[in-house]
Amino acid sequence: MTISLKINGKSQDVDVDPSTPLLYVLRNDVGLHGPRFGCGLGQCGACTVHIDGRPTFSCILPIAAVGNREITTLEGLLEDGKPNKLQQAFIDEEAAQCGYCISGMVMRAQALLRTKPNPTDNEIRNYMRPNLCRCGTHTAIMRAIKRAAIA
Amino acid sequence: MRLRRVILAVVVAGVLVAVGGLAWAWRPAIAPTSANQTISDRKTIDRGAELAAIGNCSDCHTRDAGVPYAGGRALPTPFGTIYASNLTPDLATGIGSWSEEAFRRAMHEGVDREGRQLYPAFPYDHFTKATDEDIHALYSFLMSIPAIRNVIPANQLSFPFSFRPIIAGWKVLFLSQASLENDTSKSAAWNRGRYLVEGLGHCGSCHTPRNALGGEKKGSLYAGGAAEGWNAPPLTASPFTTHHWTIDQLAEYLSTGWHKLHGAAAGPMADVAKNLGQASKDDVNAIATYIASLTQPDNKTAVITDNFAKNQPANVVAIYTGACAKCHNDRNDVGPSKALSLSLSTAVQQGDPANTVRVILHGIQSYRTGGGPYMPAFDAILTDAQIADITQYIRSRYTNQPQWADIKTEIIKARQEAQP
Repeated sequence: MTISLKINGKSQDVDVDPSTPLLYVLRNDVGLHGPRFGCGLGQCGACTVHIDGRPTFSCILPIAAVGNREITTLEGLLEDGKPNKLQQAFIDEEAAQCGYCISGMVMRAQALLRTKPNPTDNEIRNYMRPNLCRCGTHTAIMRAIKRAAIA
Repeated sequence: MRLRRVILAVVVAGVLVAVGGLAWAWRPAIAPTSANQTISDRKTIDRGAELAAIGNCSDCHTRDAGVPYAGGRALPTPFGTIYASNLTPDLATGIGSWSEEAFRRAMHEGVDREGRQLYPAFPYDHFTKATDEDIHALYSFLMSIPAIRNVIPANQLSFPFSFRPIIAGWKVLFLSQASLENDTSKSAAWNRGRYLVEGLGHCGSCHTPRNALGGEKKGSLYAGGAAEGWNAPPLTASPFTTHHWTIDQLAEYLSTGWHKLHGAAAGPMADVAKNLGQASKDDVNAIATYIASLTQPDNKTAVITDNFAKNQPANVVAIYTGACAKCHNDRNDVGPSKALSLSLSTAVQQGDPANTVRVILHGIQSYRTGGGPYMPAFDAILTDAQIADITQYIRSRYTNQPQWADIKTEIIKARQEAQP
C-alpha cells in the first residue's frame, strides 16, 4: 500500500504494509538511520522522532496512524548540513559513550528546549525520563542540554 | 437544575451546622509542643513506616516531584480544590508542633491541633478505626523524617464548603467512630485484613460509591467508586470481573501491581500497589484475605475472548497491530512489558471506557524502577480519533459486552485532567 509521508520538510511516498512501525520505514525504506531500534516496545526511547514537534516513540507508531503529521528525525535538526546548537552541545560535552541512545536523547531534549528554553535541572530530569541510557552518561547529557540552553 | 442543587446544598448545610454544631463543631486547641518530639525506638518507627505505606499517606501528602510527606498536592473534589498538608515535623509549616494527642485526635476525629475541622478528603472516617498503638507508630515515624519547610496554599472551595464548621455536620452523618468488633467466626487474618481495609487502608474511599454530600454510601460498600477520573472497580461481586480473585492472586497483585490472570494496577491503584510492596507480607495477605471474602469463589477460569473475525475497518486493525499487538500478543509470553491478553483486563470489561482511555493516553509508568508492568503513553503517538477507534476495537474484539458510548468525551476529559 502506498502511503505519503512528510519527513523533514519533504514529501515521500513509501510502499509498505500499513501496520509497519514508522521506525522500520524510516530506516529501511527512507534510509534515515538517526532513529535507532532499541527495544521495539516503546520502553527505551532510542527511536524517538518528532511528530508535529512532539517527541514520539517511532517503533510503536504504525505508519497507518501517521497521517499528514510532520515527521522530524535527527537528520532534520541539521542546519545548513551542520549540527544545530543542541547537537553541537552533545558533541562538545562528549555526551555519547556507546551512543546508541543519543539520537533519541537529542530529539527529546530538542522538544524540551522548544517549549522551555531555559529548563531547571529538575525539569530536564523529569522530561528526559522516558529515554533510557545504559552507559550512564546522564550527567554529560544534562551538561549538553544546559549548554545548549544557555548558549 | 444547578440553582436547585445550590439551594439544596445551602439548606442541607444549614441543617447540618445546626445539628452538628452541638456535637462536633467546637474542639479546643491542643497546646503546641515547642520542640520536635524525638522518638528513638527504631522498631516502632519502622512499623509506623509500614503503616504509612498501607495508609497510602505519601500519595496525597506529596506534590509531583516533591519531597515525600511535605504536602502541597492539589486534590480536586466536587466542592473545590483542597491542598494536602505538610506531614513533616517542621514546626512552622508541618506538624512538628503537634503532640501525639493532637495527632491522634486528627486521625480519630478529623480536627487539627488548633481545633479546626478538617475536610474529609483526609479520610478520618476510616482512620478513626486505627488503634492507639498503630497511631503511636505512625506518629513516631512521621516525627522521625526530616522536617521540610513548605507553606501549603489555601484551599479553593466555594461557599458553603469553605466554611469549616459545616464539616461538623458532615461528621454527624458520615463519621462513625464505633470500633470494629472481632468476628470470632472468621480467621485472625480476615479480622486483621478487615481492620486494615476499613481503617488505615481506607479502600472504601475510592471503591465505595459516594453520595451528593461526599459521604460513602454505607449500603453499597465496595460496590465501586471513582478516583481521580478513574473507575475504582467494585470489590464485591461484579459483572466486570471475568473470574474470581483468589487470596494468593490478590496478595500478588496488591504487592507487585500485577497478576498474570488479572493484569496491572494502573492509575491511582499503581501507587497503592507500590506502597503495599513496602508493607509486611502478613498484612498484605490479611488485606487479600478480607477482600477475597467480599466475593463468592466460583469455578470459572480465565477465558480468553477473541472476536477477531468481526468486521473491522482495515486502518484500525493496522494501527492495533503496529501499536498494541507487539506487547499484547495474546500468547502466553507476556514479555518485558508484562502485557496480557486484553480479554483479561478489568478495564476493558467495565461499563464505561474511563480506565481504558486513561491507560492508553498515559500508559503505565509507575513501575519503571523495579521491573513491574510497563506501557508507553500513547497521548502523543496517536490522535484522539485513533485512540477512540482503538478503544472501541479492543472492546468489541476482547469482550462480549456492548459497545461504549461517548469515548471521545472521555478522552477530552482525561486530557484535561492531565493538565498541570
